[in-house]
Amino acid sequence: MSDPMQEIRASFFVECDELLEALQDGLAALEGEGDDAETINIVFRAVHSIKGGAGAFGLDDLVGFAHAFETVLDEMRAERLDPTPELLRLLFRSADTLSDLVRAARDQAPVDAARVETLLAELEAAGGVEEAEDEPADFQPMAVSLDLDLGDKVAVPAEPDPLSAPETLWSIRFAPHPKLYAAGHEPLFLLRALAALGRADVTCRIPDAVPSFETCDPGASLLAWDIRLATPHGEAEIRDVFEFAEGLCELSVVQSDPEASVADLPEPVPSKGGPSPIHRDVETDPSRPVAQDLSEPMEDLPDPSPTVTSAKPETATPDPAAQRGPKSGATVRVDLDRIERLVNLVGELVINQAMLSQSFTEAGLAGDSTVASGLDEFLQLTRDIQDSVMMIRAQPVKSLFQRMGRIVRESSDAVGKSVLLVSEGEATEIDKTMIERLSDPLMHMIRNAVDHGLETPDLRRAAHKPEQGTVTLTAAHRSGRVVIEVRDDGAGINRQKVQSIAEDRGLIPRGLTLGDAEIDNLLFLPGFSTAGQVSSLSGRGVGMDVVKSAISALGGRIAITSSPGRGTSFSISLPLTLAVLDGMVVETAGETLVVPLGSIVETLTLRDEDLAPIGGNATAVRIRDSFVTLVDLAALLGYAETRRSCADGIALLISQDDGAKAALVVDRIVDQRQVVIKGLEESYGRVPGVAAATILGDGRIALILDPSDLIARPPGHGAASLLLTEAG
Amino acid sequence: MTDTAEPTTSAEGSGAVLELLSFKVGEQEYSVDIMAVREIRSWTRATSLPHAPSYVRGVINLRGTVLPVVDLGVRLGIASAEPNERSVIIVVDLGDRAVGLRVDAVSDILAVPGSGLQSPPELLADQADAFIRALTIVDGRMIRVLELTEVLPATEVAA
Repeated sequence: MSDPMQEIRASFFVECDELLEALQDGLAALEGEGDDAETINIVFRAVHSIKGGAGAFGLDDLVGFAHAFETVLDEMRAERLDPTPELLRLLFRSADTLSDLVRAARDQAPVDAARVETLLAELEAAGGVEEAEDEPADFQPMAVSLDLDLGDKVAVPAEPDPLSAPETLWSIRFAPHPKLYAAGHEPLFLLRALAALGRADVTCRIPDAVPSFETCDPGASLLAWDIRLATPHGEAEIRDVFEFAEGLCELSVVQSDPEASVADLPEPVPSKGGPSPIHRDVETDPSRPVAQDLSEPMEDLPDPSPTVTSAKPETATPDPAAQRGPKSGATVRVDLDRIERLVNLVGELVINQAMLSQSFTEAGLAGDSTVASGLDEFLQLTRDIQDSVMMIRAQPVKSLFQRMGRIVRESSDAVGKSVLLVSEGEATEIDKTMIERLSDPLMHMIRNAVDHGLETPDLRRAAHKPEQGTVTLTAAHRSGRVVIEVRDDGAGINRQKVQSIAEDRGLIPRGLTLGDAEIDNLLFLPGFSTAGQVSSLSGRGVGMDVVKSAISALGGRIAITSSPGRGTSFSISLPLTLAVLDGMVVETAGETLVVPLGSIVETLTLRDEDLAPIGGNATAVRIRDSFVTLVDLAALLGYAETRRSCADGIALLISQDDGAKAALVVDRIVDQRQVVIKGLEESYGRVPGVAAATILGDGRIALILDPSDLIARPPGHGAASLLLTEAG
Repeated sequence: MTDTAEPTTSAEGSGAVLELLSFKVGEQEYSVDIMAVREIRSWTRATSLPHAPSYVRGVINLRGTVLPVVDLGVRLGIASAEPNERSVIIVVDLGDRAVGLRVDAVSDILAVPGSGLQSPPELLADQADAFIRALTIVDGRMIRVLELTEVLPATEVAA
């Protein structure tokens, strides 16, 4: 029994993520374009839906907070509150806290109660103060409510106290359409909600001619209800009860003759408002989808949950209540495991296709034109499928950037700087796994930019810059890679200071003459931290080196540019996907290996006159005006003895992010192609210098090298440098 | 193969019949529990792994997954033929992953009562001892039951 509930709960949290995203979007739009009624509505509905769902699961903290949040938004919606920058900041922080609460509820983790309390108080103050100023104009007769202590009224600060207001008698007629049931609504709950407003007398109207069981249309709606309700609430509150049934029923709410007796109405006990048992028959009709039963416990959920809306067999017309939710494109939620499996299968297909075409060639059939063209088409299709599958995994970086907005807000508050985050290229798509794994490094870089990159407001004023600093986050596709840039308009890197710190820490010898780029790259050294004082924000000893290794692990590179007084920019260049790789297939000592194309700068044919021995047993090759160490790949990997001569050999010039270069000597370059990455670590373990494995066209496994790891091996390891004393 | 029970020191239950896949490494006969065997493949050349221990022949493609292959002859320190056309790879399950064992030839499937297994004599603290879980005698031949978890030590995977 708990399983279906768990599923509904899980889908509620997935929904919450979407709603929170819509909320962030809406707030950003409010900040950028000012108050547009529709935007405020979107924001309001997002919070409202979260509140509704949370109520269904008894997540009281979440409901309480969402309610206070919603109240302020409602005030804005009614144009009683102006979206001042202060208010927007409050809303942003509330959105952050709301997402914290959602996460806490999902993971059943503790929340920062103090923070929630403070925000609650602020929200109430924001909603309440305005109310005090504006309400006399709107609700003249209820001015009495102003005397109440707003601090105690967590739940409904914007509403007049029902106890102090006189009751009026309303006559409500409620006749649901079949669509109401199809959308998963339950009249009982509506009636209960109504009864909670006051004292209700409910009469169920059963049609005279009830069809016999055999001829009965199980989807038909036959019942209607008349309710007499004595309540201090107004028409608006009554109609609110039916908010999500709007368009799905006939509803009339009229004020009855005030003289009519209200004394005979029952006391407001919610459970007494129940309709006749006939109603239960409709509800538990066996022809109804099971999903509807599952929705039963969600009695307070005002918005149709996805499980419920998907189970509407009778109606083809879109449910107006469903359209009320934040707009989301036509999407399908798929388990990530299934996509993983698909990606793997397509990987197999690509390998299989390569094997097939190889066997055609071996069988001497490649010359046959029908075979050749058929094979070509197959190749094309395989590529298309592969691209499409990769696209499924691709996601816009937007969610990632949104998270960064929060980091900027929190970190700028912590250091007392005013910072504007500008993000560009949010629609740029990148592999989902990559998005997840980029979050931490990016967060670190943003914190760094706010904490170290930007100057304090005083310094900015002195430098004739706007007091508010700007951090720009951009994403763009550039030549088959995704480039993400974090840029600040701060003071730039203080290179003198960086060098002296590196010297103090013993990271570099004293008195070196270093170029600007070299100094900038010192930031990536382990154990480097420029913060003059250890702030609460960064400077915890986790430095840019961690960022760099995280980026490298994703097959990415990080570069840094800085100009004094103008700012610093970190740019990360990443492959589009983690599943395939462009590689150069090479052969050495009889083994076939793949070198990632991204790390190869150029390929060289070694000529005797370009080779020069250095020291005892190392060799360098002259490439134009610089010398690069030669490394025999076969020897480095332990496949063969170090070769005596490299003349007429082939070398791949490998470059690393930090500018270090080496030339790998191989026997032959076989091909340049896309390969499917197969993990090696899970089946065997980590192999030094090897990033992963792949399967070649002949079905054999080839290792994909990790050139930076290869070059970084300590020089004493193996025969990295060539014995070439007798070269030539 | 009789049902007459002999006293045993083995942890194997005395009632159950154990099915063993026996194979040859050099001149010696070994076996593994058949339940651990996933499949038997003919020899294909493995792709060498750099800086791997000598007994790790490399990796082969097992229908799209990367399968490490251990040369049992080298691992057990037994002189055996270089891998050739007639070598066989036994794919065995090692917990959550699979490993290929390169052997010279697969010989038989033996049904041995649990009681027919004897612990190896504790004579030698020899390295090879750790690979043998039990001994049994079938038709006058001594069959060694391999301790699979020792074949590819976990430490190498964790690294």
